[in-house]
Amino acid sequence: MVKMVVCIKQVPMVSELPWDPATGTLQRDLAEGMMNPACRSALDAALRIKETAGGEITAITMGPPMAEEVLREAIALGADRGILLTDRKMAGADTSVTSHTLARAIEKACQGFDLVLCGCSTSDSETAQVGPQLAEELDIPGVAYVDEIELSRGAVRMRRISDHFLETLEMDLPGIVTVTTGHYAPRHVPLGGLQAAFTGAQIDSLDAEAVGLDPEWIGAKGSATKIRNVFSPTAGKKNIVLTGAPKRIVEQLFDLFDDKIGGAIGKDLKTDKNSK
Amino acid sequence: MSTKKRAIWVFGDYRNYFQNRVTLQLLSRAMDLAAKIDAEVCAVVFGNKVDEWVGEYIAHGADKVYLADHPRLAAYSMETYTLLMERLVRHEKPEIILVGATTFGREFASRVAKRLGTGLTADCIGLDIDPEGLLLQRAPSFGGNLVAEIVTPERRPQMATVRPGTFQEIPHDYNRTGKVVKVPLPKSLPADRVRLLCSERSPQREQKLEDAKVVVCGGRGLGSKKKFAKLFELAELLCGEVGATRPVVYADWAEHDALVGQAGKQIRPQILLSFGISGAIQHTAACNDAKFIIAVNKNPNAAMMKRADVAIVADASQICNALIQELKRRIR
Repeated sequence: MVKMVVCIKQVPMVSELPWDPATGTLQRDLAEGMMNPACRSALDAALRIKETAGGEITAITMGPPMAEEVLREAIALGADRGILLTDRKMAGADTSVTSHTLARAIEKACQGFDLVLCGCSTSDSETAQVGPQLAEELDIPGVAYVDEIELSRGAVRMRRISDHFLETLEMDLPGIVTVTTGHYAPRHVPLGGLQAAFTGAQIDSLDAEAVGLDPEWIGAKGSATKIRNVFSPTAGKKNIVLTGAPKRIVEQLFDLFDDKIGGAIGKDLKTDKNSK
Repeated sequence: MSTKKRAIWVFGDYRNYFQNRVTLQLLSRAMDLAAKIDAEVCAVVFGNKVDEWVGEYIAHGADKVYLADHPRLAAYSMETYTLLMERLVRHEKPEIILVGATTFGREFASRVAKRLGTGLTADCIGLDIDPEGLLLQRAPSFGGNLVAEIVTPERRPQMATVRPGTFQEIPHDYNRTGKVVKVPLPKSLPADRVRLLCSERSPQREQKLEDAKVVVCGGRGLGSKKKFAKLFELAELLCGEVGATRPVVYADWAEHDALVGQAGKQIRPQILLSFGISGAIQHTAACNDAKFIIAVNKNPNAAMMKRADVAIVADASQICNALIQELKRRIR
């Protein structure tokens, strides 16, 4: 029987979202949430292990109170219990502080775990940093960007593609993997699962104090990186507008940008004006 | 030789040297940054029999190369490389470390930053030095719709990963000289808890569109399959590749391989020419990394026109033909 922990993040369903210009962080409370796709794959990998080898799955998430939704979804899919880390003090954490918070909570609430599974990255920030940093925090071996995973006698075997190399790896347990969306497809919630999620489900809510976090290492306060400014990448663009006859437009385009275009293709596009 | 106290390090990620020039691109950017804070540029190379890359990195801008050369380092090993890097950083105290955002680099940088207790910004699209001398890390944020400027004010080193293709490498100069500092392995290295059982080069996937410096992209506004086909002639003149939107792929004007968008390819060309594309979010999100966008559309209010550097209000097909003619005249 394998004790597994799946780290799940609730991410906004749409990519265009309001953000708080004062703090430079996302106004998550205004968005519809969903389970991050790669986290779904990590959960699916855990469920397949549970189905073949037997096991217990704890789903854990850090976020606002509404993040409980993704824990209920995980339970509906087959996870055994959920842990919600929620505390205003945890807000604004960078990846280093996030992994610290998750690690302390896993140590506290999931003692004797064999395998931690995370999504390889999230659709809202895409840093791919939390999984590897969690491995460091827990001081256990870890492999990122895993496509497929199987248990074999006290260790796990994995396949992944790493920078043009097809790799097969073996890792001692306890360990951590981050899973891609490549192999594990999201599954549908079974009807019985829905009932489990809303009747017998055990979801524990923990705040910073319950986890026993050092107040210096929480949220925005504990983060080494600071967001200084947020801007729209298109705002500063000049947006030159050209109109008229096609031939004239193309001439104008080259008058303005022959160096730029020529530079990109490695050819001299300058023309002797007199030869026109 | 060098009296400079500060240093900017670049991790030497040589595993796919010929496809992936990110280390050289970072060395080039590091040279610009180093000039602003009076620092030296150093490359860090771990491996076995890797003299070739040491020479390449010096030729591309490194003042110094830290080199750990040992059979134990022959294959990229996350645990050993992280351990070596941590020791080296604690000893030498660089100001800044830049790592290419390869699969290995992302994980490696995450671990090194965590062990050193410092910050790390992922996937920077711009790096600069602010007036206080801090590394200004510009990173796409919230699905690429915004850019965040991030600093690491107190902890050191300041660390960032950068995607390949973000900066331009400088031409090599084999007359450049640099110092090579040999880094010894610790007397006992712990056994790897992750074992590489098998590694083979994956069949080379064609990544032409993703890596192209120029992409010519066409949408429904071109009008017909025949007119769309002219994009190939234009792309060839520009040494570029052809991309397409979803409606165009559905209409069978282009192969699915050419699809640029959420369900297709992400592109990052230096120049993107966009013909008859209105600019649905699924498409524009995949074009966020394009450096310079020239859009052609009859409708000046199309989303693609609004985010373009040059918006040409005209018939897409006519401009395509005019460009082909003009390029033929200019390329001799």
